[in-house]
Amino acid sequence: MSSETKIQTRKVKGGSIFRNQIFIPVAALLLLALFNLIADPSFYKITLGYNSTGDPVLSGYLMTILDYGSELAILAIGMTLVTAASGGQDISVGAAIAIAGSVILRVLCGHDSRPETLQAPIIVAFLVACVVAMLFGAFNGALVAYFKIQPMVATLILFTAGRSIAAWINNNELPIISDPSFAIYGGFIPGIPIPTPFFIAMICVVITMLALKFTNLGLYTQAVGINESSSKLNGLNPAFIKFLSFVLLGLCVAVAGLIKVSRLSSINYSVIAKDIEMDAILAVALGGNSLGGGKFNMLASILGAYVIQFLTTTLYKFNVQSDALPAYKAVVVIALVVMSTPKAREFMSKIGKKLKPAERSVA
Amino acid sequence: MKSAKKFKLSNMSDTNLLLTITIVVFFLMYIGAMLFQGKGFLKAQTFFNILNANAALIITACGMSLVMITGGIDISVGGVAALVSMCCAVYLDYHGGNVFGAVLIALGIGLAFGIVQGLLVAYLDIQPFIVSLAGMFFARGMTTIVNTAPFNVANEAFIAVKETRVTVPGFGSYNKLGKYVPAYVEIGVIVALLVVILLFCMLRYMKVGRNFYAVGGNSQSALMLGINVRRTRFLSHLICSLLAGVGGFVYFMHVGSGSASHAMGMEMNAIASSIIGGTMLTGGVGNIIGTFFGVLSLSTIQNIVSSAGLDQAWWTGITIAAMLCIFLVVQSVVMARKKKALG
Repeated sequence: MSSETKIQTRKVKGGSIFRNQIFIPVAALLLLALFNLIADPSFYKITLGYNSTGDPVLSGYLMTILDYGSELAILAIGMTLVTAASGGQDISVGAAIAIAGSVILRVLCGHDSRPETLQAPIIVAFLVACVVAMLFGAFNGALVAYFKIQPMVATLILFTAGRSIAAWINNNELPIISDPSFAIYGGFIPGIPIPTPFFIAMICVVITMLALKFTNLGLYTQAVGINESSSKLNGLNPAFIKFLSFVLLGLCVAVAGLIKVSRLSSINYSVIAKDIEMDAILAVALGGNSLGGGKFNMLASILGAYVIQFLTTTLYKFNVQSDALPAYKAVVVIALVVMSTPKAREFMSKIGKKLKPAERSVA
Repeated sequence: MKSAKKFKLSNMSDTNLLLTITIVVFFLMYIGAMLFQGKGFLKAQTFFNILNANAALIITACGMSLVMITGGIDISVGGVAALVSMCCAVYLDYHGGNVFGAVLIALGIGLAFGIVQGLLVAYLDIQPFIVSLAGMFFARGMTTIVNTAPFNVANEAFIAVKETRVTVPGFGSYNKLGKYVPAYVEIGVIVALLVVILLFCMLRYMKVGRNFYAVGGNSQSALMLGINVRRTRFLSHLICSLLAGVGGFVYFMHVGSGSASHAMGMEMNAIASSIIGGTMLTGGVGNIIGTFFGVLSLSTIQNIVSSAGLDQAWWTGITIAAMLCIFLVVQSVVMARKKKALG
């Protein structure tokens, strides 16, 4: 991270704020916020209510964004690392969440699909899910790092099989957990009106930031992403770094899976975390990170995740059907990617140069 | 003397080696199915039914192979096929359209996707995976916007086309009453076979076709040879999406309905069959005949799985993924060994 900050400061010194990477998600956020303010200010209304168990709960569109954006932010952390190290994306995260969620429910339920009490402590279920998700991450990572298969194609395997495996883990039954203590991870901690996923996401972010600050993870990942062979000549092990990034993504997937199943206290294999891979990739792209690997900015990705959820919530508010959402997001992705191509940047900087003399003459 | 040449693995070109593996695997599998599962697989009609059900997949997989040979990938084909079937269904039933117009719509949608994706990939240098991922989501979303509820088409002229059966002489069988039942294929199969032959000839005998291999193998050297790399890439995506449109229409003719969940996972199957058929993901290696056999292998496996009583939905997904995984690893290992052998 230290090298990262150096690059950042040099960037800010050298040019305008427009060159700063975090500018892109912030600008997108402001644009969306302004749009909502003009279209309908009631978007920002937050009300304090009480849920069925009588605990205070904040509700409103902004709370929805904080709530659902958090699982996306957690995924964005892992996806950023994978993107930076391998230059490709993992498209199996949705299917992997289904697997992780299924494992959690399986451990909690034991042999009965509708248990009265939990058959195992939640922490055990979560740890088992972590191990399973990291194993699947390791499978993807091994294909990418050691068999040299393109990341997106390698993860296509799990993308196809994942939901089937998830259904198979629970014998295609739909376990339901009635214990209220399981629901707090995707809902609210009694007495605290802010959704729990937000706290979980913040914990993940802090851990990631500390890891980037005090270990060489960030530096090595970027080195491998920028130039694999020269990082090898410098004594790094590029295959292992790539492998590691996929395993870490597996960990993020397990956390997101816990939130997802806790929210429903059940699971729907074909619908859970559907299309979330698109959102996670979009978050990385929106954070201004190159999808071709190399340098990354973790905070920008995390902010990007919340911006995506802002967009989704805005679209929902305007009564866009959930099945039609991908069409709008696809347009946003293409617009973003086109803007970040060298040709488009050249074009924009030309316009910028034309504008500059005008500014000077005004001054 | 050609036959005197010693048969050695390293003497075979990449394309032929992978093609041979595929064809051998397919025949072993089919003969195995005949021996161990008997009955169904002994009838010629079973084979023709596999063709009937997979005509659309054959067409889209051919387009996919072309893109993969050029070094790209296109995962929007399933979405495009769904969009085509929905648009055609709406046009035929709600707007009183005719079949010819529906074909034009199908081609138009394919062409539009091809042009946009081709431009983005070839001329703006965006990763094909990202572009077609967006294309896939766009097509699926648009399908819902066009019409939410799935419905069956009632247009008479269309149903007449849909029900048209082409009998294959010499392959009929006698049913229990001793009556002769001729074997048949649907129109889609004929379209699919035409596409296979046309693409095969183009890739093998035409200059444009050889360009695809050159660009996929090494775009830098292709550029130095004076090949227009950007145009070749553009063309590969254009043809792929166009074939996705054609495949979508053939799919539509097979199922006769429009739905947003149609052709779900078709892109996956198309990629899997191309890979099984010996097309390398890294580009430059591949064969349309191999893709054809790849589709047949894939659907034979599915048939075996379902007739073996493992009819639960998840088995299909897992078997395809497992097969894909094995072939990917085999490819990776074969290529690594060849590289070593060549020094």
